[in-house]
Amino acid sequence: MLKEDNRKAMLEKAMKEYDYQESALLEILHKAQEIYGYLDKNLLTHVAKTLDLPPSHVFGVATFYNFFRLRAPGEHVVTGCFGTACYVKEVEEIVSAVEQEFNLKRGESTPDGKLSLFMTRCIGACAMAPNIIVDDEVLGKATKEMVLEKIHRALGGAAT
Amino acid sequence: MKAADIQKIAERELDFQRGYKYRINVCCSSGCVPFGALKVLKAFEDAVKEFGVQKECKVARTGCVGTCSVGPAVVVEPGDYLYQSVTPEKVRQIVRDHIALDLPVREQLYRNEAYFKKQQRLVLRNAGTIDPYRIEDYIAMAGYFALSKCLTAMTPKDVINEVLASGLRGRGGAGFPTGQKWNLVAAAHGAPKYIIANLDEGDPGVFANRTLAEADPHAILEGMLIAGYATGAEKGYIYIRAEYPLAIQTLKRALSQARSFGLLGESVLETSFKFDIELRFGAGAFVAGEETAILASVEGRRAMPRPRPPYPANSGLWGKPTLIQNVETLANIPLIVLNGGAWFAKIGTPKCSGTKCFSLTGKINNPGLIEVPMGITLREVVFEIGGGISDGRAFKAVLVGGPSGGCLPEALLDLPIDYDSLTRVGAIMGSGGIVVLDDQSCMVDTAKFFTDFCVDESCGRCSPCRAGLPEVKQVFDGITGGTGKAEDLATLEKSSVYIRDASLCGLGQTAPNPVITTLRYFKNEYVEHIVEKKCRAGKCFKNKRKEETS
Repeated sequence: MLKEDNRKAMLEKAMKEYDYQESALLEILHKAQEIYGYLDKNLLTHVAKTLDLPPSHVFGVATFYNFFRLRAPGEHVVTGCFGTACYVKEVEEIVSAVEQEFNLKRGESTPDGKLSLFMTRCIGACAMAPNIIVDDEVLGKATKEMVLEKIHRALGGAAT
Repeated sequence: MKAADIQKIAERELDFQRGYKYRINVCCSSGCVPFGALKVLKAFEDAVKEFGVQKECKVARTGCVGTCSVGPAVVVEPGDYLYQSVTPEKVRQIVRDHIALDLPVREQLYRNEAYFKKQQRLVLRNAGTIDPYRIEDYIAMAGYFALSKCLTAMTPKDVINEVLASGLRGRGGAGFPTGQKWNLVAAAHGAPKYIIANLDEGDPGVFANRTLAEADPHAILEGMLIAGYATGAEKGYIYIRAEYPLAIQTLKRALSQARSFGLLGESVLETSFKFDIELRFGAGAFVAGEETAILASVEGRRAMPRPRPPYPANSGLWGKPTLIQNVETLANIPLIVLNGGAWFAKIGTPKCSGTKCFSLTGKINNPGLIEVPMGITLREVVFEIGGGISDGRAFKAVLVGGPSGGCLPEALLDLPIDYDSLTRVGAIMGSGGIVVLDDQSCMVDTAKFFTDFCVDESCGRCSPCRAGLPEVKQVFDGITGGTGKAEDLATLEKSSVYIRDASLCGLGQTAPNPVITTLRYFKNEYVEHIVEKKCRAGKCFKNKRKEETS
């Protein structure tokens, strides 16, 4: 069961706006992710039930598209852009450096839940490649040093 | 509002704009915002007040100018002075010298005439010059004139004939003649009919459609409205990536303004033509650009393609006739209606009329968004517009057409860019990605990168693509890991051809292109990897090297 709170009311409102239409499932999942941050089993089941769809269908859609997050992200999120332009401009080296420095693998979070490292397929800022996003800030023409420093600062700021 | 009122609005807006001696256009598109464009915009607004020139100088937020590597970009009119890498600190000087004293700040200007010289901006006609948040700005540039011409002076058949005469072909990549598609949908039985404007742009490394939506959203809406009138459709969907928040926001505003101007709804411009548009959000699936997959996604399902026929023109959304068109195609339509198909047909080449937008990136001096006439050569794009290879390195290859495009060598640089020439050499037009590689790139690793991408993005429906691509990936893992065998080359070649010929949709059919073209044009690098265990770019055998050093 989904907890009765403000967030649930917001989700309900969004579903109503789309008239509980089956065809608006993607829009509703987008909204749900915006409200809750990620889509867990509970939430997906709730959406399935409300739209009167088989849970398998809703899970199928949620897992098919890359944009939907099925697990909670860490407190700080670093995203490496793996679009073609960033690949050509050696984004791999930066991402490997982040993995080594913070001892985590791409797609995962540190055990203390402070930092997640994700990959995305192109944010469209290709002329500024390579791009790394630290929390909400896009670092264009990024270098290893610049990114590591930024992350250290974000983490340091969170601790104090 | 009636059709005749459009002209009046345009005149009023032009009068208003002529009241200003200067106009400062600040690019606030996704390329420039992360680098401080909004702060620059605010700084300009403050500075014109500080210097008391707000009555003669208009500060406008605009879309992309195209010089995305030197953002934030700012253009001062008249004279189109383009300032590069503008910071809030530089703003005061620009306003003080350029506006108050009429002395352009020379040292801050972007001086690269070659970048613009060979470009021809049709689709991006308003990008960087109008404020995308104001419909009046668009109308002042003869916006919605074409729609009003259609509704007052042309039959749907007349409109289709103009599009046929223009020779316009679909800009989504496949290059199907647009007029023919419209004829099919117009003739199809069933109601209601639908239009989908494809703005999914799933190709990594491509941002032309996003830029268009952020810079000139009404050009897309007007194109859809005209397509609706011509084909008898009354509902349109814009299918856009959720990863494009600024484009979504811009389109939302444009839709609500168009609605309040009577350009959408039950009675468009007070005629019997009825049309409305809704946004639908993609969620990061490359395959969703395929036309039957996009149908499934708009219907709220997994974006999985289905066999054709039936074609969407006859059986599309919810089984009804549906026209699917890339937004770049649609943005051409108002120009064709206003200037005539014959005018458009003269641009580009006889078989491929018009222009094409390209996202030009990679190891190149001037990356950015360009629009060039069809038929321009790759060499002109890479070495003249792009300004050649960055950091003084040597050219190695150019990737045309995204992750399922082809890697072309120097010998093919004089190839004219058009659908047929590209297909002949193993590349595709795709959605217009051009990525330049220098001698530090490994072609084997590049082909592997794209194969990895297509493995991830395969929807899993048909086995050649689902099972074939991972086989190819394994072979690549071997070659780049140091366990490559002589027979691997034959395996790659054979599997690629199977996947290409037997896959259900465009994704699988084109996924092997990077493998096939690198094998064809850069075979020596494969041989080096397999026989000498050597990667001349130093990209491969990394794990092996680590073991040796430890």
